Amino acid sequence: MAEAKPKPKIKKEAVEMPKQEPYVRVKNFNEVALGYDEAMALEEASRCLSCVKPQCVTGCPVEVPIPEFIKCIREQKYAEGIAKLKTKNALPAVCGRVCPQEEQCQAKCVVGKIGHPVSIGRLERFLADWERDHGFQIPPKTPPTGKKVAIVGAGPAGLTAAADLVNLGHEVVMFEALHVGGGVLVYGIPEFRLPKAIVQNEVTYIQKLGVDLRLGNLIGRIHTIPELMKEGGFEAVFIGSGAGLPQFMGVPGENLGGVYSANEFLIRVNLMKAYKFPDFDTPLRLGRKVIVVGGGNVAMDCARSSMRLGADVCLLYRRSRDELPARKEEIENAEEEGLVCKFLGAPLALHGDEKGWVKSMDCIAMELGAPDDKGRRSVKPIPRSEFTMETDTVIVAIGQTPNPIIQRTTEGLQTNPRHGTINVDAVGKTSLEGVYAGGDVATGAATVISAMGAGKRAAKAMHEYLMSKR
Amino acid sequence: MPKIKLFEVEAPEIAAKAKPGQFIIVIHGFKGERIPLTISGIDPQKGTISFAFHEVGKTTKELGLMCEGQSIDNITGPLGNPSEISKFGNVLCIGGSVMIAPLLLQSKAMRDAGNSVTTVLGARSKEFLMMEDEGMKLSHALYVSTDDGSKGNKGLDFLSELLKKEKFDRCVVMGPVVMMKTVSDITKSFGIPTVVTLTPIMIDGMGMCGVCRVTVGGKMQFGCVDGPEFDGHKVDFEELIKRQRTMLPEERLTSELWEIGECKCGRSKA
Repeated sequence: MAEAKPKPKIKKEAVEMPKQEPYVRVKNFNEVALGYDEAMALEEASRCLSCVKPQCVTGCPVEVPIPEFIKCIREQKYAEGIAKLKTKNALPAVCGRVCPQEEQCQAKCVVGKIGHPVSIGRLERFLADWERDHGFQIPPKTPPTGKKVAIVGAGPAGLTAAADLVNLGHEVVMFEALHVGGGVLVYGIPEFRLPKAIVQNEVTYIQKLGVDLRLGNLIGRIHTIPELMKEGGFEAVFIGSGAGLPQFMGVPGENLGGVYSANEFLIRVNLMKAYKFPDFDTPLRLGRKVIVVGGGNVAMDCARSSMRLGADVCLLYRRSRDELPARKEEIENAEEEGLVCKFLGAPLALHGDEKGWVKSMDCIAMELGAPDDKGRRSVKPIPRSEFTMETDTVIVAIGQTPNPIIQRTTEGLQTNPRHGTINVDAVGKTSLEGVYAGGDVATGAATVISAMGAGKRAAKAMHEYLMSKR
Repeated sequence: MPKIKLFEVEAPEIAAKAKPGQFIIVIHGFKGERIPLTISGIDPQKGTISFAFHEVGKTTKELGLMCEGQSIDNITGPLGNPSEISKFGNVLCIGGSVMIAPLLLQSKAMRDAGNSVTTVLGARSKEFLMMEDEGMKLSHALYVSTDDGSKGNKGLDFLSELLKKEKFDRCVVMGPVVMMKTVSDITKSFGIPTVVTLTPIMIDGMGMCGVCRVTVGGKMQFGCVDGPEFDGHKVDFEELIKRQRTMLPEERLTSELWEIGECKCGRSKA
């Protein structure tokens, strides 16, 4: 086409993705980012250099063939593009929205050296949304291997492992403790970042691949892992039960009314749709002055949800803005929406009124010290710097650890006693034969895509294990 | 007057696994809430479990309208740790209100383990008393107590007299928090190990939300995964009572909206 002509100049600027205006979106739970239309996607796709040795792929935990799917967009072969994506990633609509691409694929993008990297996540989302509007393509079934596999937990790790294993011809049963599938994608990440209809679509897709999803089945109680293997006829088990146990601050007054763990708050709002109370049955009592303690993505989600419920929100974080562990894009979104932050402060105690409802929080100012070996600044309280904040709702978003039920009911399963995580090797193998684990249950709270990567590696290892087994 | 209903439901997998003391989470309807209910009957042969509930909130009122043959959308269970059942000797089993049903399941397990079981059934007034005959069959002795004295002993003061006369090796209590607190206070002075079954507010029932946190012996525990049974002499009941009231206005609102039929959810009462 363009032979002998000088190379067209690469546009340095990425195509912006339209968003709801901050003053509009802060009053609703609809998705903030609206996605590319076709023209935008074509323009952004044209910025990809189709590198022979694509660096972006090396930055992706599940090795999505990025230049190939972008090429399909350029040629307007969307069905082919989504098929290419799905060879490596069973949940593109989710990843296109919540992956930290700026730290992964886009961080390695060559175009990023001269300008803004190609917006790989937005293009991924475009293809996934296109597929949702045009109907799923279900890949042809692989001949059955006759092997039965159990997946514990229908979150990102479990869904990915299930998809890979069912596509390899194994019979896959997925046990989910909650009454809907999706794990953290439904109970944790809010509607305005990841619409639940989209998660449901991805879960339905996994079911259409042939995975038998059983809801309301808490493994460790209704069946233990040894029971699944001995009586249930499962030859291998993948544990992807996540990090669902909330951490508390350990300060006096933490059990007052109006003090929520981030999990409780998000479960009420996201899973149970308390923002639609009383149309939906689950209530949420939220005051006017909300303090969110923490600085990660979960803290941002709590803060932004609270703002949408009409509260004045203050985020209290013990380090400074530069150290906020949340995704940059989410911090910016939250600030646009009017989030107020109080940096370098930590809670000391909570006080309540006569009815046992929280009314104030004593805090202490903190100062940053030298960075540790990971480069994270240490932090210590400044003596005699106590101050008090008025509040009527406190949301504690300082981290989650794995739920202990499986660890307590599976004899011989080696765990890390400090973090409650299950010990695994590089491919997710645990101390028990045939039992694999991955995602937050093995690493502690991390990202959706890293859990998916772990699910993928474990699925591969499980397949090899099953096929070598006589 | 609120009604108490006893349901027997087909749930073979749960029935095969459940033990006295455990609970289930019931979810009904697309917009429904998750409510915890203590298991009060287990029949692995028939593949059924039973549970009792008081029609006090929207969800329980709605469940109460269900007829034989209908199905509940989702029941998750068994959840929580099973009761500690072994041969203790003389066991005092005290049940109050709707928790009489699960208490008797435990009385039976205690009796089958070779204990001599004395049962106390309590309620607000005689209209709320239930399952006396069942209690009688299981027990070496049965006492009845009502808050207003309309039947049996008035209040729980008679317990002190009973404990002076008879020696008990263990006491198990299932009922309203105030009752469990009163009993625990009495048994403490007699040095009788006392186990209470807590029913704090829960959402997931599997250790995720932490709304069911209680202080036991100065330590934070989760009602769902660490309990629901705890040492009654160590539970901070004052805190628990306050925590149970945190969502009362909202619970009243859904219940009243449902009562007057102006609930916007589109689900009709019938």
